[in-house]
Amino acid sequence: MGCGTRSIRSSRGSSNLTVKDDQSRAPGDPEFAELPEDVQISTEEGRKLATLLRDDRPHARKLLEVRNLSTQFNTREGVVHAVDDVSFELDYGETLGIVGESGCGKSVTALSLTRLVPNPPGKIASGEIIFDGVDLLKLTSNEMRLLRGKKIGFIFQDPMTSLNPTLPIGYQIAESARLHMGLSRSAADDRAAELLSKVGIPRAKDRLSDYPHQFSGGMRQRVMIAIALACDPMLLLADEPTTALDVTIQAQILDLIRSLSEEFGTAVILITHDLGIAAGMCNRINVMYAGRIVETGKVDDIFESPQMPYAWGLLDSLPRLDEVKGARLRTIEGLPPDLIEPGPECRFSPRCQYARDVCREQGPELSARAEEGHLARCFGTEPGGWIQ
Amino acid sequence: MANRTQTLEAPAAATTRKSASLWGDAFRRLLKNRLAVLGGIIVGFLLLVAIFGPMITPFDYRAQDLAGLAQFAADRHTTSQPIPPFVTGHFLGTDNLGRDLLSRLMDGARISMTVALVVQVVVIFIGVPVGAAAAWFGGRVDTLLMRFTDIIYAFPDLLFIILLSVALRETFVGRALDGLFVVFFAIGLTAWVGMARLVRGQLLSLKETEFVEAAQAIGVSDFKIITRHLLPNASGPMIVAITLGIPGAILAEATLAFIGIGAQEPRASWGSLVAQGQAYLRSEPHLVIFPALAVAIALISFTFLGDGLRDALDPKLKGKQ
Repeated sequence: MGCGTRSIRSSRGSSNLTVKDDQSRAPGDPEFAELPEDVQISTEEGRKLATLLRDDRPHARKLLEVRNLSTQFNTREGVVHAVDDVSFELDYGETLGIVGESGCGKSVTALSLTRLVPNPPGKIASGEIIFDGVDLLKLTSNEMRLLRGKKIGFIFQDPMTSLNPTLPIGYQIAESARLHMGLSRSAADDRAAELLSKVGIPRAKDRLSDYPHQFSGGMRQRVMIAIALACDPMLLLADEPTTALDVTIQAQILDLIRSLSEEFGTAVILITHDLGIAAGMCNRINVMYAGRIVETGKVDDIFESPQMPYAWGLLDSLPRLDEVKGARLRTIEGLPPDLIEPGPECRFSPRCQYARDVCREQGPELSARAEEGHLARCFGTEPGGWIQ
Repeated sequence: MANRTQTLEAPAAATTRKSASLWGDAFRRLLKNRLAVLGGIIVGFLLLVAIFGPMITPFDYRAQDLAGLAQFAADRHTTSQPIPPFVTGHFLGTDNLGRDLLSRLMDGARISMTVALVVQVVVIFIGVPVGAAAAWFGGRVDTLLMRFTDIIYAFPDLLFIILLSVALRETFVGRALDGLFVVFFAIGLTAWVGMARLVRGQLLSLKETEFVEAAQAIGVSDFKIITRHLLPNASGPMIVAITLGIPGAILAEATLAFIGIGAQEPRASWGSLVAQGQAYLRSEPHLVIFPALAVAIALISFTFLGDGLRDALDPKLKGKQ
């Protein structure tokens, strides 16, 4: 548990995956003619982005500041508020966990950060996403492309379907490096081999020409990690990276993500429904429920003194080693609410055994708790509340 | 972690395994299909004949062997008539003007193979972009492009081709390639519809896959996602559609030539050879039989090859053959 303090971006310089920018740049690589320099920068934010893409230094106070982000989906039944007024911050090099049940907006939050929410039907309705000082929602879609892969790497849930079956994995790893770093084909292949051995695939150089079907699930997830890290991003979004893998492989993949993110000083947002994983990996945790953050704080604070009945429920539902044999696993009764036009009440109140009338009339806001940076959305645990 | 992987690496380094590509697998499956191999061999033979045949034949397809014709008539004490096959130096005989039938068939093979090629090129260059754009952009673009496709589909093909060739007959375009260019182009203009629909259908399902999202997540542009990530995944059905579209194109050309559109004298399309031979159907049936046989063989071998390719490239059959 707990990962102590992370070395911040200063460690990036010592990375042995540095790229020799001048020698290996291919000016006329025909297949990747549209090098980042060629993309038209048309907005003020785009110009800021251009300076940010030139180096690996921090340019702002925080790596990521999300303010009042709301993402909605238009469906036949009505507007689904999948992410509703979510705000959080992320330091350089920090690992943040986003935990919650299925359907509570974790993945949509991650997709919103890279503006990959499928549109239509989805759209980011309001808010600000400030990445390293640049408001991503003000960028054009072309400018956004410069950022994706270069500064933000994305690991998807299912490695079996996230790799293109018709392309050798070497190409798929090198694609990002060629796109964003302007590497020639051979330089990008070298880098792909380097990355592949970095993620623990033996005989990396020989396997560049292999196709995804020749790899096992765990191996493919390693390839996905290599792709996500190809350009040495500042932020790694891992959307349930181990859900599709079996338990023994899970630990290896998480180890790998942790060791590589420490080595490169990459900040990580780890999305998971498994609190055990979050506890082992993260500095801080956001607990999400029904499209909102219901509790946020340092990992130790959340585990030692959770301040929201939903978080208790999640913690309680973890199977424990000192369990009485034959005891039933504890669950949270009921289902997350419908996110079409939710009312003002506390969204967890229908499932909460501590709920009182005040919870059903007016929802609580995130409010501070005893520990620094620990916020929860619950009347009952507020100072003077009825839950102790 | 790093230490752990290094210990794993050592024993594995000794073995090397050849990378089995998807195309390699498909090709092996194709080779197991006897009919497809036969079709492929005949197609290859037809292509060779089309390219080299007219170069090595002793008779030009236009040249009239009037002396041979007179000699043959004198020997048989008849009036001038087509020389039948297998009796003189003309292996498949001649027509009534003394032109060598085998040479004319070879020139016909040139026309038919060119049709096969040009039409499919037109189909690819119109059908693929239309289908891909409709699928990728969806919404209004999709509706517009697909309704346009429907209109082309609903329009009678032959009528369109005939109208186009008649309208352009006296122009520069109409005279290009002995009048064949217009025919090729017109057939292509009516044949791309199927390809557009196929590509659209394939891409609609492919664009929902996660690897497209993954490609977007590393900043690949729309154009490159379509060309590098989507179309290669649809290439199997596209190759099959192209191969199976070729017989249709050859047949369309032959049909048009039969009714006198397209190749003009003295060029000899298989279709026009049949048309010319018609007059001698009773007395000299070889003038019809050989060109008709050529058409039939070409159609069947392309169809066999296409069917074989469909089985070989179908991912659902993988490992079952």
